[in-house]
Amino acid sequence: MVRPTRVTNRIRALRFAAGEMTQAELADRVGTTRQTIIAIEQGRYSPSLEVAFRIAHALGVSLDEVFAYPEQ
Amino acid sequence: MPFEEKTTWVSVAVGSVVAAAYVAAVLPQLGDTPTADIAYQRPLVIAAIATIVLTVIGSIVMAVASAIGAEIRQPGSGEDVGRTDERDALISRRGDVVGYYVASAGALLALVITMLELDYFWIASTLYLSFAVAGLASGLVKLRAYRRGF
Repeated sequence: MVRPTRVTNRIRALRFAAGEMTQAELADRVGTTRQTIIAIEQGRYSPSLEVAFRIAHALGVSLDEVFAYPEQ
Repeated sequence: MPFEEKTTWVSVAVGSVVAAAYVAAVLPQLGDTPTADIAYQRPLVIAAIATIVLTVIGSIVMAVASAIGAEIRQPGSGEDVGRTDERDALISRRGDVVGYYVASAGALLALVITMLELDYFWIASTLYLSFAVAGLASGLVKLRAYRRGF
């Protein structure tokens, strides 16, 4: 399957580092549905900057520790 | 599966079944009845009302079933069933844009048919099927976005 976005993320690893936070807990804190968190983790959806910041805050890290964008 | 995706499945299923039923109701008359005499009005009105009523009923049943399912899996999570977010809104907008273009193309076709002075049956059927196909196209675009991402 072609990945629709080039944005990569470390949400899964960071969730486990943050006390094994579940996708549902993260979704509650961010204010999205669990399915959206799943889609972001799998690279099927690139979130808005606002949601990206909320995810970083919920995981207690900075934005560029969660998301990356390859130079080329 | 997100709640919005479930309701999209409901509208796609209802839209295609009802449109197919309309075609099945009027198509047999095409062979032996002059198009000016085809009794399309009743099937068309029934199809339009059935689409609305069945979509509403289907969505309500889907919502109740989803909430009960969520409560059984995890007590207290039933109230989250109807939650939507920015991704749902974006997907909905994408689908609606496609539906708008398809419906517009159908309306243009109906305009051409009117100028050619074909029977009312063709004009009404073209308009109805344009809306049905537009709804179907819109739903399929949404389902593809939910399934494969965008």
